[in-house]
Amino acid sequence: MADKILMKGNEALAEAAIMAGCRHYFGYPITPQTEVAAYMAKRMPKIGGVFLQAESEIAAINMVIGAAAAGKRAMTSSSSPGISLKSEGISYMAGCDLPALIVNVQRGGPGLGGIQPSQSDYFQATCGGGHGDFHLLVLAPSSVQEMADLVAKGFDLAEKYRMPCMLLADGTMGQMMEPVSLEEAKVEAHDKSWALTGTKNERRPNIINSLALQPNELEQWNEERFKRYEIVKENEQMAESYLMDDAEYCVVAFGIAARVSQNAVDAARAKGIKVGMIRPITLWPFPEKVLKAAAEKCKAFLSVELNMGQMIKDVKLAIDCKKPVDLCYRTGGMIPSPEEVLSAIEKMQKEGK
Amino acid sequence: MEAKRVTLFAGHYGSGKTNIAVNFALHLAGQGKQVTLADMDIVNPYYRAKDSTADMEKAGVKMIASPYANSNVDVPALPQEMYAVTEDKSRYAVLDVGGDDRGALALGRYAPAIKEENNYHMIYVFNASRPLSRTAEAALEIMGEIETAGGIPFTAIVNNTNLGRDTTWETVTASLQEAEKLSQISGLPLLFTSVNESVLPITERENEQYFPLKLQKTIW
Repeated sequence: MADKILMKGNEALAEAAIMAGCRHYFGYPITPQTEVAAYMAKRMPKIGGVFLQAESEIAAINMVIGAAAAGKRAMTSSSSPGISLKSEGISYMAGCDLPALIVNVQRGGPGLGGIQPSQSDYFQATCGGGHGDFHLLVLAPSSVQEMADLVAKGFDLAEKYRMPCMLLADGTMGQMMEPVSLEEAKVEAHDKSWALTGTKNERRPNIINSLALQPNELEQWNEERFKRYEIVKENEQMAESYLMDDAEYCVVAFGIAARVSQNAVDAARAKGIKVGMIRPITLWPFPEKVLKAAAEKCKAFLSVELNMGQMIKDVKLAIDCKKPVDLCYRTGGMIPSPEEVLSAIEKMQKEGK
Repeated sequence: MEAKRVTLFAGHYGSGKTNIAVNFALHLAGQGKQVTLADMDIVNPYYRAKDSTADMEKAGVKMIASPYANSNVDVPALPQEMYAVTEDKSRYAVLDVGGDDRGALALGRYAPAIKEENNYHMIYVFNASRPLSRTAEAALEIMGEIETAGGIPFTAIVNNTNLGRDTTWETVTASLQEAEKLSQISGLPLLFTSVNESVLPITERENEQYFPLKLQKTIW
């Protein structure tokens, strides 16, 4: 076990990326994720890595495309409006089957919105995040420790399935300070024979491209990519269950909403309500299996989110609308209090009887 | 220790400046002094001294902070009221300076008046649990950068080594040697080691070497 140190979420994920072997970071400042770039600017030159502040988010994501195409572990980070700017590049990466880590420390939207924490980019992240038929791997940390742990996991999954991976955090996760223990991640060696590393006249050139000259060819690529997505859905769902063994009611929440909700679940238990919580860690693939199982024994569900109700749709789909699903939310940069979530749990219990 | 009229807390970001500044302001107010707490942070978007406004008002401490702090207006602005820190010499002032050299930049505007009055402590907050300032040598480098940016030389050090909710008494005691070393190589006195009151052993409560942090903001 490594020494514990005190870190901001943004710093922790940056250091974790370095420890996971990332030596190519391209970014552009935006609140509340600027510490990622600031940390990389300090650290990368000391370890022979590349830190480059691009002239825009669009430039940064295209630099990530270049580094990833060369087979390097590349990363960029931004916050909501910046991620929208990157979305063209993200779509190109999906079309090129390029792995990389894209961090979104979400703030309130739409538009310029605000700088306070939010989870309102859930749709954008889980439904693709750009034009065309594709998905991103989406990981949702709920502590500074997990901000770090999911970085190595994200790189690993991205390279295993040749998909861009998004770490979907929010302003509180990025800004809060907590003790963390950073350990040298085992960097799995994935096949990168597809990378553009120069043929040295020893092989045929690799081509990385998202343009298909014939529509039937593009159709074929998309079909094959979605077969791979099915494997991801089968193998990579991650969720944490809290007090679910005897639960009659189930709260579903991720990230900061899950931390608030856990307090509310504890308070509800103290009042004798048999409630538990499922915390999705992968938002795509959505942890359908554990939710389907919960639908067999729980009377009702409550989705707690920092948006107008986005994940709730995935919850309903996962349980085939077998049980009622309530929503507890705040938006615009506001965070629900444990008391608000507790009231929603009590309401769910009354209606679920 | 004898409090100066102006006490500035500066250091690496995340070292705990805000927490100490808030508690130090309460400490001075508890001695019956008229105290102003100034949130001079121009870097952090949230988790700042202004969060403690209600606690400060309850204790009679006057809070000066940017009207934009904790809002969606992402500008590094300070209010004109901030000049009261140097102009109104009838009150004690505790300044929570932003982190690192970038955060200390705003201090430059007030530095000439503070130095002219010459009744201040410019305190470096050391936290050996922070990754980029774990050693005395690394801290000394950051001190130099902050002095250049802020325009006020440090006059003292406090040790605020902590691991947030995982802080134990051992976390604190294990840091004392490095804090002493920083005091030696910088030639500045170590004023105190600040410790979360719940971690400070009863046997050390009267020991002036330790400054108990009574007010702690918790997050879920």
